[in-house]
Amino acid sequence: MADTALHTEHHTSTGLSNVKLGMWLFLGSECLLFGGLISTYMLYRGRVGSGPTPSQIFDIPFTSVSSFVLLMSSLTMVLAVSAANQKDDRGTTLWLTITALLGATFVGGQVYEFTAFYNEGLGFTTSLFASSFYVLTGFHGVHVTVGIIMLLSLVGILKRSNVPGSKSETVEMIGLYWHFVDVVWIVIFTLIYLIPV
Amino acid sequence: MTTEQTHADSAQVEHAGMSNAGYVKVALILAVITALEVSTYYIDFGPLFMPSLMIMMVVKFVMVASYFMHLKFDNKLFSWLFYAGLFLALGVYIVALSTFKFFIA
Repeated sequence: MADTALHTEHHTSTGLSNVKLGMWLFLGSECLLFGGLISTYMLYRGRVGSGPTPSQIFDIPFTSVSSFVLLMSSLTMVLAVSAANQKDDRGTTLWLTITALLGATFVGGQVYEFTAFYNEGLGFTTSLFASSFYVLTGFHGVHVTVGIIMLLSLVGILKRSNVPGSKSETVEMIGLYWHFVDVVWIVIFTLIYLIPV
Repeated sequence: MTTEQTHADSAQVEHAGMSNAGYVKVALILAVITALEVSTYYIDFGPLFMPSLMIMMVVKFVMVASYFMHLKFDNKLFSWLFYAGLFLALGVYIVALSTFKFFIA
């Protein structure tokens, strides 16, 4: 396949898909949301009060595996988009399902992590560190969960579709959302987990 | 040809960016960088710790955005929309953190 960008004119004033423009605008605005949450965490990560500190509770090997799982889900998502562009609905459905499973594994890991932290004495209101941590990672987890719901809904829609490749733009839009969730985690993993307080 | 099919065809042509093997290569590179990132937690990198971690984070971010999100192959307007939001967020929150003397501390 050629490495050059080929563009087909859409019937819009820009010649580009309005849906895609809207999605990129949405993702740009999401940077501001997560930027605010990450900044708040960075500001309060040292305010632990009488609760546990980040270095006492973070399980780096476990979170590294979770990060790897989410990273690989980006690969399976891009393979789903590729299959959709080739009008291979069966391949698209397969890769979307695998992506949803990997996403569910990540969310399951996060639920396990939150439960472990709670049992170690880190409740939501224990300290400013705890509140900002749970809000940031919780918001991200909600985004992943919404992504999983969209992926599974799309699998259902594809199964009922009679025209192969007819939902390729929808697959691509959900793909963009999914990759965004991945890039946000790339930043969270580095700034929150790997940099000591 | 239906409108649905026309839409699908155009989406297909727009995303002629990389082969599946290319995507797997990018994923492998991302996995290696992640392993290197994790290694900084266990190995003392001295003064290189923070810069190396930041560089690896940015490289991973740009690789996913460029290749998996197709920004490298797509119309530049999409890149502008996304990176405008990103740099606006960076600017706003760097200023906000500076007012709390975050970087001095």
